Amino acid sequence: MAQITIENLGKVYPGGTRAVEDINIDIADGEFIVLVGPSGCGKSTLLRMVAGLESITEGTCSIGGRVVNDIEPAERDIAMVFQNYALYPHMTVRQNLAYGLKNRRTPKAEIDRRVAEAAEILQIGSFLDRKPRALSGGQRQRVAMGRAIVREPAAFLFDEPLSNLDAKLRITMRLEIKELQRRLGTTSIYVTHDQLEAMTLADRLVVLNKGRVEQIGTPLEVYRNPASAFVASFIGSPAMNLIAARAVPHLPGTGHAGLIGIRPESLIPSADGQIEMTIDAVEELGATRLVHGHVGGEALTVTMPADADLPETLRLKVDPQDIHLFQAESGARLARA
Amino acid sequence: MVENRPFLNFLAHVVLIFGVVVVALPVWVALVASTHESNAFLRGTVPMWFGDQAVHNYSRMLGTGISTSGMPPVGWMMFNSLIMALGVALGKIAISLTSAFAIVYFRFPFRMAAFWIIFSTMMLPVEVRIVPTFKVVADLGMLNSYPGLIIPLIASATATFLFRQVFLTMPDELTEAARIDGAGPMKFFRDILLPLSRTNMAALFVIMFIYGWNQYLWPLLITTGSDMYTIVAGIKRMSTVADTDPQWNYIMATAVLAMLPPLLVVIFMQRLFVKGLVETEK
Amino acid sequence: MKRVFFNNRWLPWLLLAPQLIITAIFFLWPAAQAVWQSFLREDAFGLNTTFVGLANYKQLLNSSEYHNSFWVTFVFTTSVTVFTMAFALLMAIAVDRLIKSEKVYTTLLVWPYAIAPAVAGILWWFIFNPSIGILTYVLAQVGIRFNYVSDPTDAMILVVLASSWSRISYSFLFFLAGLQSVPGSLREAAAIDGAGPVKRFFTITLPLLSPTTFFLMVVNLVYAMFETFAVIDSTTYGGPAQSTNILVYKVYQDGFVGQNLGSSAAQSVILMAIVIVLTVIQFRYVEKKVAY
Repeated sequence: MAQITIENLGKVYPGGTRAVEDINIDIADGEFIVLVGPSGCGKSTLLRMVAGLESITEGTCSIGGRVVNDIEPAERDIAMVFQNYALYPHMTVRQNLAYGLKNRRTPKAEIDRRVAEAAEILQIGSFLDRKPRALSGGQRQRVAMGRAIVREPAAFLFDEPLSNLDAKLRITMRLEIKELQRRLGTTSIYVTHDQLEAMTLADRLVVLNKGRVEQIGTPLEVYRNPASAFVASFIGSPAMNLIAARAVPHLPGTGHAGLIGIRPESLIPSADGQIEMTIDAVEELGATRLVHGHVGGEALTVTMPADADLPETLRLKVDPQDIHLFQAESGARLARA
Repeated sequence: MVENRPFLNFLAHVVLIFGVVVVALPVWVALVASTHESNAFLRGTVPMWFGDQAVHNYSRMLGTGISTSGMPPVGWMMFNSLIMALGVALGKIAISLTSAFAIVYFRFPFRMAAFWIIFSTMMLPVEVRIVPTFKVVADLGMLNSYPGLIIPLIASATATFLFRQVFLTMPDELTEAARIDGAGPMKFFRDILLPLSRTNMAALFVIMFIYGWNQYLWPLLITTGSDMYTIVAGIKRMSTVADTDPQWNYIMATAVLAMLPPLLVVIFMQRLFVKGLVETEK
Repeated sequence: MKRVFFNNRWLPWLLLAPQLIITAIFFLWPAAQAVWQSFLREDAFGLNTTFVGLANYKQLLNSSEYHNSFWVTFVFTTSVTVFTMAFALLMAIAVDRLIKSEKVYTTLLVWPYAIAPAVAGILWWFIFNPSIGILTYVLAQVGIRFNYVSDPTDAMILVVLASSWSRISYSFLFFLAGLQSVPGSLREAAAIDGAGPVKRFFTITLPLLSPTTFFLMVVNLVYAMFETFAVIDSTTYGGPAQSTNILVYKVYQDGFVGQNLGSSAAQSVILMAIVIVLTVIQFRYVEKKVAY
């Protein structure tokens, strides 16, 4: 168990390309942190720097109070679950689990005990003597987790571990990972590009964009008060409507252009609504429907109950509480009036 | 096939049977000749069907050889060939594995220079540098020895490139997982890389065994004492003698024995053989 | 390219050491020696060596014997390459047609690869032997006198046959693989466009096979030029009357038998230049293949 402190962390490749910049995250003992962002945002690089697979060029990373910048991955007391699982194809499941412990000269009896325990937790006991080739995707995923568990590390690092699974299995495994982490209480850092996965797993989210942290907060904080237009559009599905506003009225100090953000579910059909939207298309999702339309030249999406009437134009209202304002150029959030 | 044309299929069979016969003819003749008495060849034409001297000819050649020619028994030459073929195959695989590992998994100064030095072996076949190479081996006192037969032949760009290719296709995550599991470079090499390259090693072994067994010019040059003769190089010395005193049955028995081991390897490991052949030319 | 590397200063050199040391001692050093030797000339007793500059090369280029060896090599390598590839392609096309019996025929055709060129030479030498050879006998029945001991053309035919024979299986395997990688849908499309089997072969299959053909051509040329030493040495010894004295054999003869070290070294250098050119061509091709 350990806390992880990341201070002013940065990575510049020898060629001069910058991958991440000025990252500061304090991770509490036992916390589940999810790094989320679009591809190329630096989330994997950040994780690999914590793991020791990428060198740290700026700042420090400490695990359990010890600066690990120059410490080999094996000595950092972490375990990692890879996207493609990286199971050793020529070893049985049992050998895969035991390999790291053997290299650490863990006594045989202790190895057996831990492997049995992990197998029990993950229900992989029945195929311990098979090779990875003979396992299904979900089973391989469990083995990859098992390899992390047997190490009893200070922290788990997950690098998009579910992205090779089909949609249904992904949801099951997501729940299992969350459950498992809660039970073991091990500090975890989890990388994903899937905002839904991020929301459901995280104690706290770290939203990354272009190598920088956009926002850190609990899933609800991030959802309710996105710190920037980027976060607003990235977190939440369907995405928040962002409308360019030439001038934002009744907001002090914002004579210049801005962005108005309204979540699709905040737009409520109402006879006395001020907003008149022309409907362009409707997507049925079963319980709800997504209505796409436009107001003036701006496209809007509205979430509605599936049984609501659909006139040709929708009159919508919105609670001023649910309006988010962002600066146009920087995308930074503006305080509400 | 797009459409079934019985005539074309028939033609294909005819062509292939003709091909197989052409390919097999020399070996057939040798096999038959090796089962007759010496004087069966004095009558003018070679017999086309087996004689009854097979056991005698083969056991004589394996056991004592043609003593008048000063040649050792064929069994002994086969043993030399075996040592040489195994040494060349295993040696090539060993040093190519380690060099490919160094080139793929490390970054160090002059890495490209090392790469080009290895590559240069491809451009310098032994045939074009016979005299000076012979001199080097002689100066090192390696004439007439197994190391002299084997070591100069084990540097190999093709094998190194093959393993380089194999290593390049290994997922990076495996290396990373091994690093996190506390495996250093040599442990990773032994525990992960070698077991995962096993089939490539086997395929290469088949090709290199044949290559080593079939060496001719090199053993001919550096074996001056008859006790070091390999069978492929020895058979020619034997035929030179036989030209004046034809003992065709014995020469052909030796030829059959010379081709037997690599032939068995190709026939019984055809899958590996084809794999090795195709891969080493990439 | 790898993303992951190990950091170690001396370990990579230790791993490379065996290969590099052997290469330096048995490849690079002798090659350098050959280059140096090619500028020297020894007197008849091997007592004095003098630096003669390019004299050895000049002498070679003016020597009708060397010109002859070049011509012989040209005839020999072209014949071996063409003959081997034509035969192999024919077999590959036939096998490709017969899916059911593919494995059997393949096995029956690949095994000569296992036979050493030296042994191949002896086998053909035997069946064409002027006094007891079975093929000589058959030819004599139809009125052809075949004698490789006295007739230069017959000697050339013998070494070409023996050299090709041991190389057919190799080309066959590559042609077969090439044919099998031609997508069936292409042939079907051509068939629908009304092209018969022969036309399909020449307009679809053969063009698609051209990378394989080119590759085999280079590889077979290299084989015929450098690896057929054993065939020559086990059959004709370059004779009769120099008619089969190809370049690599001449290097050996002049160097070992004739003890003309300077000339032999100069010939080695010329041959090295040829191998280097062929290797570069071969690798250009490989790079191109990667880009496909």
